[in-house]
Amino acid sequence: MLREITLGQYYPADSPIHKLDPRTKLFTTMIYIISIFCFKGPAAFVVITVALAAVIYLSKVPFSYMVRGLKTIVFILIFAGILNLFMTPGRELVSFWKLTISYEGAKNASLMLFRMIYLIVGTSVMTLTTTPNQLTDGLEAALKPMKKIKVPVHEIAMMMSIALRFIPILIEETDKIMKAQMARGADFESGGLIKKTKAMIPLLVPLFVSAFRRANDLALAMEARCYSGGEGRTKMLPLKYENRDRITYVISIVYLVAICVLRRFPF
Amino acid sequence: MSFIEAKDLVHEYIMRDEEGNVEGVQVALDHLDLNVEQGQFIAVLGHNGSGKSTFAKHLNALLVPSEGTLYVGGMDVSDESLTYDIRQTAGMVFQNPDNQIIASVIQEDVGFGPENIGVPTEDIWARVEKSLKAVGMWAYREHSPNKLSGGQKQRVAIAGVMAMEPKCIILDEPTAMLDPDGRKDVLAAVHELNKTKGVTIILITHYMEEVVDADYVYVMDKGKVVMEGNPTGIFSQVETLKEHHLDVPQITMLAHELKQEGLPLKDGILTREELIQEIDRICH
Repeated sequence: MLREITLGQYYPADSPIHKLDPRTKLFTTMIYIISIFCFKGPAAFVVITVALAAVIYLSKVPFSYMVRGLKTIVFILIFAGILNLFMTPGRELVSFWKLTISYEGAKNASLMLFRMIYLIVGTSVMTLTTTPNQLTDGLEAALKPMKKIKVPVHEIAMMMSIALRFIPILIEETDKIMKAQMARGADFESGGLIKKTKAMIPLLVPLFVSAFRRANDLALAMEARCYSGGEGRTKMLPLKYENRDRITYVISIVYLVAICVLRRFPF
Repeated sequence: MSFIEAKDLVHEYIMRDEEGNVEGVQVALDHLDLNVEQGQFIAVLGHNGSGKSTFAKHLNALLVPSEGTLYVGGMDVSDESLTYDIRQTAGMVFQNPDNQIIASVIQEDVGFGPENIGVPTEDIWARVEKSLKAVGMWAYREHSPNKLSGGQKQRVAIAGVMAMEPKCIILDEPTAMLDPDGRKDVLAAVHELNKTKGVTIILITHYMEEVVDADYVYVMDKGKVVMEGNPTGIFSQVETLKEHHLDVPQITMLAHELKQEGLPLKDGILTREELIQEIDRICH
């Protein structure tokens, strides 16, 4: 179950989306997020869906990969959906036993579900088509102005890319430790919430110990390869805007304008 | 002057209690003397706690000597201003393949070292291609390291060091976490680099089989060099090796036992072929 987290996992393919500059992708993703939170009306919904579908199609990443990211948040989705469904006061739609579903509740719940799903799928398009290194390069470039106020932008970006690299390794390790503890009679499945939480201790302690050990090893390995912070570093993949990036910027701005117009005149 | 020259090298780990008072001193390197010439394939043998890893970390200026001197490529490792030059001259490969790959794509990881030392972009790509080809991992350049086997990851780590174009590579138990196949591949890659590119290799290990093809062997115990010589010479002293908690390769052991039973075999037989030849010689 733990292996199925795809967030932050790169899917190698040769597609126009993969070739885009990470800064362009970050910008477009921002625009996309803004659009799913501020759109109004079914026409805008269609626009967003078509845009997302087109990007997924262009990215050549199998659709199942995008959806896999959703599996991990199914619980949150259902929980938030049910809360919204039953807790929103308003015109009554259906009512049984003590529960009432209001017209507004149904609308809120479906909107919320739609936003969450689109948010996850949309952002995983970005993480699946951008290597973590490119992603952090993009972030570093985007946050460069912050350097003036002494924010260690390069270091933060480096930490992020390393964190992303170690997610699958730590997940695998968790799996291993879990199996080892289960083989010795540990029980992670039964009992109430408190008992289950307590059962996590023999899992988390060795995981943390090993994470620190790895961090130490990695720091040594980085030092051995002459890493000394961002100063004097060259880039293997320097960021350079191409025509396709300019086109993407134009398209995404047109897209945002369209969403805004549809918000003003919803139909 | 030799390429690597250690003289009276001492390293002490100082153990402190919670208030920072010195609780005890553990001597990891005890007046070590050692010389390595450029282009050699050197093996450093020793069981756990013999100080061999501590020594390896000195060669890369990750640790500095408590006493004595160590010169790598003519540079004093105690001189902090030379640290990065030394690390560029003597690259290091560590034991755990997972904990030394920094990037999520093979070629970007190999490019990490050159990026750090400020190599121009086009040259980085040329170096990445050259080093990945040298270890036979070019076909995997766009893969994620998570999907590779241990031996493949270790070869990527070697390529990562190669891309910095060092004169010397130190491998600190590079095969300890690998399966036999991975072990063989990694060693083959290392030997290839030594032969074709003339890179000085210092292989730190406790597997006897890996030492057989080295030019020169140092055996360490308790922070000292206790034996040195070519592999044949070292492995002919089966009893001394045992005193230092080391085993000899199975074939050498077999030859040794046969000799003790009275067969007139020569000393220091290292490979199966050699033993067969020797037995053949005796029979005729």
